[in-house]
Amino acid sequence: MNQPPASSAAAPENSSGGALFLAWAFVGIPLLWGVSQTFVKALTLFQ
Amino acid sequence: MAQASLLDRSRTVAGPGYNRWLIPPAALAIHLAIGQAYAFSVFKKPLGALLSGTPDAPAPADWTPAQLGVTFSIAIVLLGLSAAIFGKWLERVGPRKAMMASALCFSGGFFIAALGVHLHNLWIVYFGYGFVGGIGLGIGYISPVSTLIKWFPDRRGVATGMAIMGFGGGAMIASPMSVALMDHFKASGTGSLGVAATFLALGVIYLLFMQFGVWTIRVPADDWVPAGYVPNPQHSALITSGNVSADNALKTPQFWLLWVVLLTNVTAGIGVLETASPLIQDTFSDKYMGAGKGVTAAAAAGFVGLLSLFNLLGRFFWSSASDKLGRKTTYAIYFGLGIVLYALIPTLGNGLQLALYVAVACVIISMYGGGFATIPAYLSDLFGKYQVGAIHGRLLTAWSTAGVLGPLIVNFLHESRKAEGFTGAAAYQTVFYTMAGLLVVGLLANFAVTAVNERYNEKGPVKAEAGGH
Repeated sequence: MNQPPASSAAAPENSSGGALFLAWAFVGIPLLWGVSQTFVKALTLFQ
Repeated sequence: MAQASLLDRSRTVAGPGYNRWLIPPAALAIHLAIGQAYAFSVFKKPLGALLSGTPDAPAPADWTPAQLGVTFSIAIVLLGLSAAIFGKWLERVGPRKAMMASALCFSGGFFIAALGVHLHNLWIVYFGYGFVGGIGLGIGYISPVSTLIKWFPDRRGVATGMAIMGFGGGAMIASPMSVALMDHFKASGTGSLGVAATFLALGVIYLLFMQFGVWTIRVPADDWVPAGYVPNPQHSALITSGNVSADNALKTPQFWLLWVVLLTNVTAGIGVLETASPLIQDTFSDKYMGAGKGVTAAAAAGFVGLLSLFNLLGRFFWSSASDKLGRKTTYAIYFGLGIVLYALIPTLGNGLQLALYVAVACVIISMYGGGFATIPAYLSDLFGKYQVGAIHGRLLTAWSTAGVLGPLIVNFLHESRKAEGFTGAAAYQTVFYTMAGLLVVGLLANFAVTAVNERYNEKGPVKAEAGGH
């Protein structure tokens, strides 16, 4: 996904798969919790 | 000073090997937090009963729902204004400093509002949650947008859709979390029905949560492009290879056409969202459906929840689809399909077609959310990446305008019909036909969008210092 910039002065940063997983989990878990709460609430429309 | 330097744009340039898929979670951390704004209504009842101590019997000096509603209005107006005012500053200082400013303002707003609740001074609540918090909303809303577009030139719609989806999801987290916190603090006997303590807790929670975004965000190096990506200006006449500054963008008809596009789409959507609960209860009441078969208040709350879900999903779905369909075509769908569906709603209501009615409303709201999420990519197509965050910020004044205009139109038309003796679906008929008419205006504005004249482009390569990443 990434390509080293030819003239960048920044140091290389190899992002591991674990960091990626943790980053998505950090925002994904609260989001899924909120969505599930809303989904349960929405079910009352069909009861 | 060391802290300040860590926030500088120059310290956020990603080195080789940095995975760009770390950027959307950073953006989501900001948008999930500030999306709390749409959950403010959960505080209305307890805030309106601080003196009496019971929401069912407010004291004469308790704050009224109308007074409390002003808090949210101030926050939304400040969102649009601060996004417009601070957009160029954001492009200059970079996303990290802007996200930190947003986190401090947004959480600071809660702390000030907590003091206002404690002292029972509504002006302090207005200043804290509305004014200071509203500035945090505006800066936070636009802070990751241009960075995402620079990291995902090949998937602009997907990237911005993910972030702006977070704004829709923020309320879904905040609403049950706030209720749980208030219950906890009320049971602990902290006073003010647990609201002041909840505000303090939310301030701390959001300050910490947003730090993840602050310290994860990176900007790509000037010459970075995704592997295998070859910009193709011939892909669409509307996608520019030039760069237009925020100041010059205001001089173009395209900016104002998109302003009308956003205004009409949001105004129409707010029309449904504002009235969702009474709308479905009035239209499908026992009077029309038969005794015990009408939509109850609890079911109406479920309808509102369902709309929230489609608002969230629409942000990601439509914005992602726009990468394939093109922005202009996507907005043509929002408006073209929207006109048909808005005009259909009264007929479905009169025919008591509940399932179809709900389905149509869900599609409408998905396109309302999609309109928010697709606009940054549309701006980037037309004006380039240079100052797209600042241009987006200025365009958000259309949202603030719609936030005032939408409820005004809906309430006026609905009350007028009721005064004429109409009830049920008929009382909302002119609301939906008027919204369909508004979408015609939006469709025409979108149809008129053409490529931006090259004379507005910046001359020569744009510099990173000025936001050229």
